[in-house]
Amino acid sequence: MQTLQPKPTAKEEHAPAAAPPYTTRRLAPQLRGDMAIAVLVLSPSIIAVALFIYSFIGWTFYISTVNWNDVLPDYTFVGLRNWLRLFRDERFQTDLRNLVFYAVPFMAQCIVGGFLLAALLDQHIKGEALFRTVFIFPFAVSGIVTGVAWRWLMQPETGINLLFDAVGLGFLKSQWYASPDYGMFAVTIPAAWQMTGYIMALYLASLRGIPIEVREAAHLDGCGTFALYRHVIIPLLAPVTFTAVVLTGMNAIRVFDLVAAMGGSGAAYATDTLAFYMFQMTFQSNRFSLGAALAAFMIILSAFLVVPYLRSIRHEVE
Amino acid sequence: MESKRTLNRRQMLKLLGFGAAEVAVLAACGGAPAQQAQPAGGGQPAASGGGGGKLEIFSWWTSGGEVEALNALYDIYKKKYPNVEIVNAALAGGAGAGGNMKAVLKTRMLGNDPPDSFQVHLGHELIDSHVTPGRMEPLDELYGSENWNNVFPKQLIDIASYQGKPYSVPVNIHRSNVLWYHKGLFSQAGVDKPPADWNEFFAAADKLKGKNIAALAIAENGPGFTGHVFENILLASLGPDGYRGLFSGKTKWDDAKVTEALNTLKKALDYANPNYLSVSWGDVNDLIIAGKVAMMIMGDWTHGLLKSKKFSDYGWAPAPGTAGVFMALADSFGLPKGAKDRDNVMNWLKICGSKEGQDAFNPLKGSIPARTDADLSKYDDYQKGAINDFKSNQITPSIVHGAAAKESFMTDFANVLNIMATKKNADEVQTKLVQAATDANFAA
Repeated sequence: MQTLQPKPTAKEEHAPAAAPPYTTRRLAPQLRGDMAIAVLVLSPSIIAVALFIYSFIGWTFYISTVNWNDVLPDYTFVGLRNWLRLFRDERFQTDLRNLVFYAVPFMAQCIVGGFLLAALLDQHIKGEALFRTVFIFPFAVSGIVTGVAWRWLMQPETGINLLFDAVGLGFLKSQWYASPDYGMFAVTIPAAWQMTGYIMALYLASLRGIPIEVREAAHLDGCGTFALYRHVIIPLLAPVTFTAVVLTGMNAIRVFDLVAAMGGSGAAYATDTLAFYMFQMTFQSNRFSLGAALAAFMIILSAFLVVPYLRSIRHEVE
Repeated sequence: MESKRTLNRRQMLKLLGFGAAEVAVLAACGGAPAQQAQPAGGGQPAASGGGGGKLEIFSWWTSGGEVEALNALYDIYKKKYPNVEIVNAALAGGAGAGGNMKAVLKTRMLGNDPPDSFQVHLGHELIDSHVTPGRMEPLDELYGSENWNNVFPKQLIDIASYQGKPYSVPVNIHRSNVLWYHKGLFSQAGVDKPPADWNEFFAAADKLKGKNIAALAIAENGPGFTGHVFENILLASLGPDGYRGLFSGKTKWDDAKVTEALNTLKKALDYANPNYLSVSWGDVNDLIIAGKVAMMIMGDWTHGLLKSKKFSDYGWAPAPGTAGVFMALADSFGLPKGAKDRDNVMNWLKICGSKEGQDAFNPLKGSIPARTDADLSKYDDYQKGAINDFKSNQITPSIVHGAAAKESFMTDFANVLNIMATKKNADEVQTKLVQAATDANFAA
């Protein structure tokens, strides 16, 4: 979307030179000239994106309809057989359940936590820059490093559990990611630890963008602090929340590195994810077509999040 | 049957002996810490003339013991062919089966950029991933000219072969059907000898339970370990021929004896360390050392690990019901089609299969040579026993360690047994095993 934005500017610059009042038809020659330059400038990235993203997405969908489930490629068309097998597969169903178990707590922690931190930082406290940096630092750590560090912290026999014991909070001890029941929830903690700072930065930037007059007007109308946030600020931040939902949602669909670093698929697939399953299918079991069907399914899931988002952005631009 | 087994076990124990000597060993299959690929020491610039050029060897040997063993092979090579530059392309594996290295290898093979030679588990891990797609050269002529058909056991060559021709050269052998037990806990519970079969196992396990000691170590926080235990139970219930038949279609996976094996496993899980769903494979040795669990069914790389941790109060025996059978896995090297330095690879393979090479490599690696004419004085008591068993026992291929079946089946097998460890539903698990076997085309 960003690459398209310079276009209106260029139009504005050139437009006055053309004879006013300008209609689309009269402007056509100039526009065509602009278009030529725009196409020329954009074509390298368009070609790269078309080739390396969209053609491979297409290829993945194609592979998901053939019978390449061994090392040797086999391009016999089998229609939706791989997809049917996937949908009947117990592990796939567990992964869908896990997606919900992961996405809901993860998104809630990120968005609620991020907003609270941003709202607190917005109170113009001392040392704000320091806190801001501290909160956003985890975002700079790679998923694998986060996973390994938290795996050690959440090791059932060591780590945090020993700390709980030491301070007499033994009842808080948990199996963490090793639990066959709530293992997925434990994985969301490091994930949220990593992502919350970023969501906080999004909210903070927007909070700073709310004019002071709005707050003053609300105060004059007798709004308390809680009501101010409830009725004025949070609704004003709705676009940011939407962005945060899309970002964290995408993150939840594709999560792989954390899981791979923490416990893999875990006991009885308790911490298995679609992406981890896809990796194992494709690169360990050589079932390329099944892996492709999984990947294609993930693309479709992501599209449900991204398409409304892109539409809303286009709406704003227009 | 029973008395024969016992006899075999006694013979075996006698052969094995009890004791320990110092050997630098690291787990063959343990997760190795991530390390950068590093060039081998002393890479000389390639000189022109006969025997020049390069030799790229791709392996997942990056941790202590393994590296020394590999370097011992390199040293012999450098002495014989000083003009060849050895490029050591080692990439840490992790997760028990050289995961990263295998993924990179697959990419290179599919992209027609094979390394000159690469480490691979002998058997189907090589055959189904690289031989049937037509990417490897058969080595029957080399086997003939080096007289390997007479020094490697025939059953081992069978494991290495596809359509009657061997495709890789084994450098070492590990045994995976070994029961390791904590002597102190045994005497505490009044168990006087390691169990020879699963009935004896459960009798011993009950005695241990009376003292509140878990009998069997299991580490199933992810798929893998239970599969390893189960393949040994399968072998015990089916016998070596029946077990081999599982992969040729002669033994059906819905056989009653497979059901029996699953039920044995189910019962054994009741005697396992109760936290087994949160213990990882790498930590299982510590359970024995700490005296929390009395027995563990594990490959003989454990021997080196236990010694390196200065623990000596342990003994070993064949896994229950598997005396007289040697469940083997081997690391091997082969010749990819289109290898850039074919002559250098042939020389490398000759060293890998030579007595000199194997006797240099294995004492450092903690494994035993694949050749049956090893110099026994270089090995410790456990290894001496294993070398003798290897000569006389039936040899069967391990599933979990890549010898018996293709990689997709290895993954399925481990995953299905993980479900067994979690849900303990033998019927459901057997249905899944049958499905996995159908997918793997064992009947064909």
